[in-house]
Amino acid sequence: MLSKTLHISTSPHINKGVSTDMIMKNVVYALIPVALFSVYAFGINAFLVVNTSVIACVFTEHLLCRWSNQESTISDWSAIITGLLLGLTLPPIFPLWMTFLGGVMAIALGKFVFGGLGYNAFNPALVGRAILQAAFPVAITTWHPSFLEDRFVSISNAVLAFPFAKPIVDGISGATPLSAFKFDHVATDSTDLALGLISGSTGETCSWLIALGGVYLIYKKMMNWRIPVTILTSVFVLSGILYLFDNQIYPSPMFMLFSGGLMLGAVFMATDMVGSPITPLGIVIYGIFIGVLVVVIRIWGGLPEGVMYAILLGNALTPQIDSIIRPKVYGTKKAML
Amino acid sequence: MLTSLKNSFKHGVHPPENKEETNGLPIRQFPFAPLIILPMQQHIGNPSQIIVKEGQEVSRGQLLAKANGYMSVPMHSPVSGNIRKIADVLLISGQTSPGIYLEPFPYSGQEVVVGKPISLDASPEEILKGIQDAGIVGLGGAAFPTHVKLKIPEGKTCDHLIINGIECEPYLTTDHRVMLEQADDIFTGIRYLLRVTDAKEVIIGIEANKQDAADHLTSKVPTDLPVKVQVVPVKYPQGAEKMLITALLGKEVPSGGLPIEVNAVVVNVATTAEIGRLLPHGQGIQERVITITGPGVKKKGNYLIPIGTPLRYVLEQVGAVDNISEVYMGGPMMGVSASSLDISIVKGTSGIVVFGDNEVRKVGKIYPCIKCSACVDACPIFLNPSKLGILAKFEAYDTMADEYNLMDCFECGSCSYVCPSNIPLVQYFRLSKALVRKKKSAKQQKSNA
Repeated sequence: MLSKTLHISTSPHINKGVSTDMIMKNVVYALIPVALFSVYAFGINAFLVVNTSVIACVFTEHLLCRWSNQESTISDWSAIITGLLLGLTLPPIFPLWMTFLGGVMAIALGKFVFGGLGYNAFNPALVGRAILQAAFPVAITTWHPSFLEDRFVSISNAVLAFPFAKPIVDGISGATPLSAFKFDHVATDSTDLALGLISGSTGETCSWLIALGGVYLIYKKMMNWRIPVTILTSVFVLSGILYLFDNQIYPSPMFMLFSGGLMLGAVFMATDMVGSPITPLGIVIYGIFIGVLVVVIRIWGGLPEGVMYAILLGNALTPQIDSIIRPKVYGTKKAML
Repeated sequence: MLTSLKNSFKHGVHPPENKEETNGLPIRQFPFAPLIILPMQQHIGNPSQIIVKEGQEVSRGQLLAKANGYMSVPMHSPVSGNIRKIADVLLISGQTSPGIYLEPFPYSGQEVVVGKPISLDASPEEILKGIQDAGIVGLGGAAFPTHVKLKIPEGKTCDHLIINGIECEPYLTTDHRVMLEQADDIFTGIRYLLRVTDAKEVIIGIEANKQDAADHLTSKVPTDLPVKVQVVPVKYPQGAEKMLITALLGKEVPSGGLPIEVNAVVVNVATTAEIGRLLPHGQGIQERVITITGPGVKKKGNYLIPIGTPLRYVLEQVGAVDNISEVYMGGPMMGVSASSLDISIVKGTSGIVVFGDNEVRKVGKIYPCIKCSACVDACPIFLNPSKLGILAKFEAYDTMADEYNLMDCFECGSCSYVCPSNIPLVQYFRLSKALVRKKKSAKQQKSNA
């Protein structure tokens, strides 16, 4: 008895047991209802777009790992998140070949060139989307009405467009509430907004399901609640002030909160741990910065929607925030500013 | 998390306590091993100097080795017996130290030698000398010589004497049992400590999971002593001196400073009991209370074990499983894995946790840091372990020390405990701290030359 070699580890000998792949899996679980709603609202087109995006991301990550002689990292589930998020931010009738290209770009240029998971400066899904926005400005702003009767049987010609062919303009198109407000000054019914009975990107329309996913992740302690809360609060407060100032020109704060990609961005994209600051105060600054930018771009910018650029700029600011905002170390006199 | 709890400190973690299996078991005397192996390096500081010869007969409690200077303590014989051999012995670190092999007399009554008693009227200097002569070191695990810690520097005053009954390490229940069973010794110890420190008040800090101990001590407080028993919420690492001072006094010990900077002295409760038990009889430490537990042990419990008892013998006596896979000395958060069963129980051993093949934790896959900020929210001294971990990977030790307060880390392990990517953060920091210290001393030697 008692003669074999012993297992040696350095303390601590125990771990809380929440692993990185568990966090990633839970983010995917939180996104599944959002993805299901997108299929419910936009039918088979949305199903194809979201799945193509996921497949493109996972495929690209696996290939790039193999080509660089590394162990494939697709088992950490982070590529699936990127794929889901990219797919959910694209219009429901976005051509599949463009979707695939976006997924490849998101992983290759948004993640892999930085060194993979943990080293990406920007949210990879948004990098992919930004590239698509620059390359295909028309296709990415061609919206489609939700809840069409034939949505589960008919595939849009635009979705199946042949790569690099002349874009096919789909017969039916619908304005998003934001573009309707910005360009035609038409306000959308707020009940429709909250329930998601509107046009928009595949996964951004149903705010309450997105919020529910966020609540789940916050409950599981896998998301920093400060990020969505500060972004949404600062959007609400700033647009509220403007609305009180002149409610003819400026949209209501509730409209601002539930329209466009704000909810999806604030809950699932700005909260990407890698691209957001690490200290509570830093996170609040980051959240306010993004919130203010969203309002500024939406109201005074040339684009109807500014969530993507606001978050990317927030990501860009994060290393600066983290190097400036440091908590006061125990027993030291003052915070190092 | 933003926690500004009263009677606590900010941040920290809540590992599973695992104390319920032993906290109800009274302290039991452990049998004498057929061979006692006493290392002379059981404390921080210089090893004790052996003053006995091979073949000599010694009595229980007899002085075997004297203190080698101020930063050292003597060693007493835990048994009456024969000195078989004086030779190097293995330490848990893998290093060796001079040591004594002692064969106990069979059937001996094991009466303890009585020395010169130190009365409560003795001068503070005499009491401090008495504490050193008794071989007393911090029994919480650090094994720092207690008389050095109790020496109040010139120009400083001690207002608060804090008795540390927190025992925040999972599994360990020794302090809990000592508080329940040795209240009189604790209060006698407090009397000595009050003489030495001249403190105005005494606070006994106890975590809420030991309410029975708190109630017991409260009921036993002598009316003439300024003692307050304070129960604080359960949180790791509250037993760390700095955290306990913050929890009880609401003050922060300055970076790089000692508790006396905020007019406080912290002494472990078992150490206090030992002072109260030994000084009136002029005796030295011969044994200590140790929690033996873990899934790999049948007879779990709190045992009074002679110092120098070989670990292998201890495990045989408590019915350890055949397929022992890991044994750590101390708790799971800061304890040290034994690399061999041929080491001995030392004064700093507070617990022995044993795991069999099936129970040992498999180290999870290491992922890159995803900056989830779990470590930042756990660090009790508000460091940025995520950043420090990345810097350690790039071997930027100077940046870690100069810009990110590496040297303030006291290695509680909360960061590694919460890390979802299984990054060995505190392990990096231990290594980095050692390298920074080495570099510093090399620099000093160069400038002195």
